[in-house]
Amino acid sequence: MSQSAATGDETGSGSQSSRISEAVIRIAGNSQDGIQSIGGFLARLAGRSEQEVMTMMTIPSTISGGPSIFQVRLGSGDVLSAGDEADVLLAFYQHSYENHVSNLREGGILVYDSDHVEPNEEWLDKYRHIGIAISSLTVEAIGGTARDKGKNIYALGLIGRMFNLNLEKLERLINERFAAKGESVVKTAMDAFQSGYRYQSDDITNLFEFTSSEVDRSNQVVMSGNEAIGYGLIAAGVRFGAGYPITPWSDIMELLRRELPKYGGSFIQCEDEIASVSMAIGASYGGRVAVTGSSGPGISLKTEAIGWAVMAEVPLVVVDIQRGGPSTGLPTNVEQSDLNIACYGGHGDSPRVVLAAANVEDCFYTAMEAVDIARRYSVPVMLLSDQAIATRIEAFDEPKLEEICKDLTPDLTPTPTHKPYDLETETGASRHRAPGTRIEDGRYPVVTGLEHDEWGHPSASPDLHEGMTHKRRNKLKALAEELPVPEVYGADSGEVLVVGWGSTTGPLYEAVEKSGNNGQAISALKLRHISPLPNGLEEIFSRFKKIYVVEMNDGGVHGYGQLAGVLRARFADPRIQGINKTDALRWKVWEIIDRVNECRNADTAVTNA
Amino acid sequence: MSDSATLEAPPQDAEERQPVTKKEITADHPTWCPGCGDFSVLAIYYKLIQKRNIHHEKVTTVAGIGCSSRFPYFVQAHGAHYIHGRALSFASGVSLSRPDLHVFAFGGDGDAFSIGGNHFMHTARKNVKMTYVVMDNFVYGLTKKQTSPTSPLGFKSKTDNWGAFDRPINPMKLAISAGATFVARTSHTNPKHLLEMMDLAMDHDGFGFIECLSECTEFFAGAFDASNPRKGGEYLLVPEDHDVTDEAAAYKLAGEDFPGKFGVYYQVQRPTKNALEAGVSDAAKAKFEGKKDWEVLQTTFNRMK
Repeated sequence: MSQSAATGDETGSGSQSSRISEAVIRIAGNSQDGIQSIGGFLARLAGRSEQEVMTMMTIPSTISGGPSIFQVRLGSGDVLSAGDEADVLLAFYQHSYENHVSNLREGGILVYDSDHVEPNEEWLDKYRHIGIAISSLTVEAIGGTARDKGKNIYALGLIGRMFNLNLEKLERLINERFAAKGESVVKTAMDAFQSGYRYQSDDITNLFEFTSSEVDRSNQVVMSGNEAIGYGLIAAGVRFGAGYPITPWSDIMELLRRELPKYGGSFIQCEDEIASVSMAIGASYGGRVAVTGSSGPGISLKTEAIGWAVMAEVPLVVVDIQRGGPSTGLPTNVEQSDLNIACYGGHGDSPRVVLAAANVEDCFYTAMEAVDIARRYSVPVMLLSDQAIATRIEAFDEPKLEEICKDLTPDLTPTPTHKPYDLETETGASRHRAPGTRIEDGRYPVVTGLEHDEWGHPSASPDLHEGMTHKRRNKLKALAEELPVPEVYGADSGEVLVVGWGSTTGPLYEAVEKSGNNGQAISALKLRHISPLPNGLEEIFSRFKKIYVVEMNDGGVHGYGQLAGVLRARFADPRIQGINKTDALRWKVWEIIDRVNECRNADTAVTNA
Repeated sequence: MSDSATLEAPPQDAEERQPVTKKEITADHPTWCPGCGDFSVLAIYYKLIQKRNIHHEKVTTVAGIGCSSRFPYFVQAHGAHYIHGRALSFASGVSLSRPDLHVFAFGGDGDAFSIGGNHFMHTARKNVKMTYVVMDNFVYGLTKKQTSPTSPLGFKSKTDNWGAFDRPINPMKLAISAGATFVARTSHTNPKHLLEMMDLAMDHDGFGFIECLSECTEFFAGAFDASNPRKGGEYLLVPEDHDVTDEAAAYKLAGEDFPGKFGVYYQVQRPTKNALEAGVSDAAKAKFEGKKDWEVLQTTFNRMK
């Protein structure tokens, strides 16, 4: 929480509220309690008010009945990460209380359901305990059905009151959410909400108030990372996709299955991962960039087909929502351990493009970029996201759809001649001509996974294999030329540069903010383009003494992770070191700062020895 | 799919186009061994294209991996030589996104029933519109004589020196039980019958499957002699009174000992995957009539504010 609340001295003394810029609220209960819908309401509220919001949600591997939490970080400034510690913990059960109290900062506020939770004497001094009989008050509010269903909405009311959130907007959201279920459901929800909101206690009334924002948030949309990828693909002009269900990728296929028909397209659920990638490649061959995607094991299964798309030079977008691996691994946890398979998965030399999205907004634009690159370079593009971004809800500036939406209707204009694998093109990129295109000289292309000559005829000629191999990688070099040089976050030069990708970016940026100016300052560099790397990184690296690559994957036999490996291979720079972890949890800001300091001290010790 | 409405039709020629000639559709000389049955299938494919006067841009030829899967190289038309076993999935992607094209897929018994077995079942049950010809030679030819999923019991191959003992797949039974809507059987030795089957399959609105016996003279010579009158066998047609819509009758026919019967075993009309998907799409689009794509997306975004 912000300074003013963190000092928290007078917060409970009455209607005098503390002005804060942000707060982390964790709600813990069981999965059938609708915990996530509380988060959803708070997140959606953000897009309509002055508060930008970022949320972190975890779903337990157990499908139901297990512990469920939702963590939401509300802030009126830029919210970069999910927040290390909670300022407020709302615990529905004894186990929620006991399992999550360690995530509450010292002096934080612990709101518990006194119907189910017996506070622990030892913790009473450490955290401010506020007991409210949430279950029985909910039953009372909604008319004594003896069921406590609805206590999530009651709790939402409590939170609304604690943080002085906009009542009118919350009520409108509840109305919208339940309208389809009928009037009585809306009324029940509203009763629960209002009862929570009106709960009379000096302990919780108007505890906090958010300072007004410096940023104009009047025109924002709120969605999850997976939704952002789905809509980004649609905006980019994708109209066909194929997939197979797997967590956490499934949301995207469900979204595309539902949404693509509105645009005249369709998304096909296939019998397996290989059929999915093959069907998408078939549709891409048909003339419009198509998409497939998966997580974990599904990506392994698709690799042969991806190699074909490299060889045949057919555009394709493959979305990989990373989870913990290898094998079935940790289906509902986050990890960044698919970078290697994205870059190198497959036999033979098979250069492909790899992009990584850093947050929800970035998911939207990176998806658009992936489609554009796939089309212009006739190449498969791997789009990496991860479980943390996939399920997180963020508000971001509404994209200007009229300006950015693309129409990728296949161009079937007859052409005098067409060499599918022309070795003389400047960039090495071939233009794919879809079937249905009349080729006037009567020489029609066969696209193929066999090594071939410029017309697509099979050939094992030494010169041709070498020439074609060069062609397939030269187009990636041409792409690198046009990629923007990434910007350093924080000071332009200094002692330590931390490098990251994907969902690690938010905590890295926040670590930069928190590192301050006391000689411990660090700068950060986010890479969206992993393969090919953009040009100009050497120059950036030269401005720092130490380069630490922070990743959620294993440091491996040689002590550096997957991106660090790519960078070391590229720059042969021993200053590039890895900071890795494999606890399958997102990076916390303090962890990054601690680990950077450890490395810095160790390096200094070596230098001084 | 309603997508077709947005596809730009190539401009029509001012003058009438000449009928397609065999020369125009002939590409690379086949790499098959002399005497291979696949030559007949290729010749009949040329004949079909000529007979139906299908211009190059109206058709696409897809194959997986195997001797027979070299097919697309020998046809002068848009085509794709895909990976082993997955030709049907690829072909489905083309068919579902490009309703203006007729998609032909060619393959062998290993490609169709072994590595691609799962895709065969699912493409059949989904009734994706295309014509699929499996050139069944009962052996792996490209890799030089290993047991295939249709190799008969006792067949001595390099992987079963003592004679194959895994029960072979019956392609007809597999197709019928998987839900294929057109199931026919023919042989390379009877080009007239082969052309007739291809003609019928092409007219079928749905997944049209043909098992075409195609002898591998190199590794399983004589495999189909019992069906070849010139080798003392009998080429028996499906009886005229066979009801092609009767699934049980078709299944019974499929259960006859080799060489069995040739002709259409089963044919029913069931909505294609293509039509069903297009229906979903047309209904969804109708709600946004007159709206540009970005405006449709905007309505979604407006609900996310």
